[in-house]
Amino acid sequence: MKDFSQLKKNINKDFSGLKAINVAVLGDTSTQFLAQAIRGMGYEKGFNLHIWEADFNQIERQVFDATSELYKFKPEIVILFQSSHKLLGKYNKLHPDLYGSLASDEKKLLESIYLTISTNLSAKIIYYNYTEINDAVFGNFSNKTESSFIFQLRKLNYELMLFAQENHDFYLCDLSSIQNRVGKETFFQPSVYINSEMVLSIDVLPEISSKTIDIICALNGKIKKCIVLDLDNTTWGGIIGDDGLENIQLGSLGIGKAFSEFQYWIKKLKNRGIIIAVCSKNNEHVAKEPFEKHPDMVLQLNDIAVFIANWGNKVDNIIQIQSILNIGFDSMVFIDDNPFERNIVRENIPDICVPELPSDPADYLEYLYALNLFETTTFSNEDFERTKLYQNEAKRSIVQQEFSNEDDYLKSLDMKSTVEPFNKYNTPRVAQLSHRSNQYNLRTVRYSEAEIKMIAKSENHFTFAFALEDKFGDNGLICAIILQKESSTTLFIDTWFMSCRVLKRGMEHFVLNTITTFARENGYNFLKGEYIPTIKNDMVKNHYRDLGFDESGEFWLLSTFDYENRACFINKK
Amino acid sequence: MERNDVFKQVNEIFIDVLDNESIVLSDQTTAADIDEWDSLNHIHLVVTIEKKFKVHFSSKEIQSWDNVGEMVDSIYEKVK
Repeated sequence: MKDFSQLKKNINKDFSGLKAINVAVLGDTSTQFLAQAIRGMGYEKGFNLHIWEADFNQIERQVFDATSELYKFKPEIVILFQSSHKLLGKYNKLHPDLYGSLASDEKKLLESIYLTISTNLSAKIIYYNYTEINDAVFGNFSNKTESSFIFQLRKLNYELMLFAQENHDFYLCDLSSIQNRVGKETFFQPSVYINSEMVLSIDVLPEISSKTIDIICALNGKIKKCIVLDLDNTTWGGIIGDDGLENIQLGSLGIGKAFSEFQYWIKKLKNRGIIIAVCSKNNEHVAKEPFEKHPDMVLQLNDIAVFIANWGNKVDNIIQIQSILNIGFDSMVFIDDNPFERNIVRENIPDICVPELPSDPADYLEYLYALNLFETTTFSNEDFERTKLYQNEAKRSIVQQEFSNEDDYLKSLDMKSTVEPFNKYNTPRVAQLSHRSNQYNLRTVRYSEAEIKMIAKSENHFTFAFALEDKFGDNGLICAIILQKESSTTLFIDTWFMSCRVLKRGMEHFVLNTITTFARENGYNFLKGEYIPTIKNDMVKNHYRDLGFDESGEFWLLSTFDYENRACFINKK
Repeated sequence: MERNDVFKQVNEIFIDVLDNESIVLSDQTTAADIDEWDSLNHIHLVVTIEKKFKVHFSSKEIQSWDNVGEMVDSIYEKVK
């Protein structure tokens, strides 16, 4: 990771071509270096973060004045940093009878800050939680004393988490866990604080800015979706081909604990929706043996979406994995203990993330934890099911090769689609897809769950959630449409995105048939579409043209009354 | 280490931290003479110097120097 000096130098570089976002930074201590670090780190992560920074200790002044510079700046992201130092300062000035109300009073203040900001802006708020200052006034007894500062601080941090669960636009950035990891002596330098009111050391600014921007990345769909896992000396100790089933290290054998715990971590990631693929230099049946027979294996074959074990080179194998999964290389992480393999993959697939795994397996987990690779801003039921979905897709690929005729293959799938308006069951998945969908996305508008709920209730919008199943399994919700009443004759297609899992099945024809029929039956003459180009959605640039829409300025129009249903092999369920 | 070596390294640190290749320091140079040398960048300079020379300055020391010469003297006392 770059140090602060290098991040500061990024500020003079060329930001053109990077996604521009207005970010406000407000704090109750000196935030200039934090703001510089955030701008500089934004460059590293592909963002042009236009930062407006409030003057020293002006949070309330800026938030509670509707005409303030904060609101004039119209930020999409508001970063609020209320420091533990100032919190301790407030505590110190309280009458001792009021010590025990610090956490609840601060929470009330935060609620009103949040409410006021949300009334005046539609911004996401990133709030740093509180790092611990153990003033040792009660020793360990603080933990039994509600009026102690550390009790109140920890209570406040817990209340913040509850608040974050209830308020969808409020995100916590875990400053406290950073101090835990690096240690207070690295995080905080008293001599610097006394001279400058800076409570964050220069050394820790890169990591703080990185973790802050990780949230912004996730909000913008820049997330990791897949781990490609090596096996020998990564998933277990030793080499299965040489050592055999009884001698690979797992569980209590040798340093097996390092690998078992590593597997538990991978398993948790899989359960939360990360796709796990295996890429190993081994004979396939030898590589599969521990999964099938070793009693201490945590990962099972059905945890693995794509399993590739052969003697070919890993670059080719990873390219094949990518084409089966149809996700960007930049959403993949390659974990391999062998520096040679890592370098070759890095050189040939520049977009893929290749952690520089430490040489001692005991260090794997702490290193990987610190990288914070799996930031997210959504979590839905479909995350649990994702692996099965990709496994089914791999099966379809195999069957497809048996058909010489595309139409016969599609017919054989026996595809059925359910169409529903947005409702409380599909809302989380719709919101999540709006964040994850980059390629088959016409306007790339990201919606939170709360925004989807509002659209679902709105009288000016008609919503359609499409799920697709076939004889291999259920793909779940794979397409969402939002139509907006633009006039008495025209419905504007505000949103059309589809999961890349279901390309080339004729889904777009089914969708168009559905929405055009709806429009016609409700008296609308025209459907109006718009394509907003991004770096990733080039594949849909001719979407409306190919569907028979006519170009009309920057938009596309389809007449609903003379529309004939397009052929497809999908039936309404 | 000679005082001269300390001086040269301090000059390099100023160039790097303040991102200005044309900085040429003398013992009499003060913050008033260099645009980018404000109170916040002063902290950045101090922290960088501490790391480079493996020394630590107390909070009083950080505030006490009136010019580059005094800064270099302070460092030299700790490394000689």
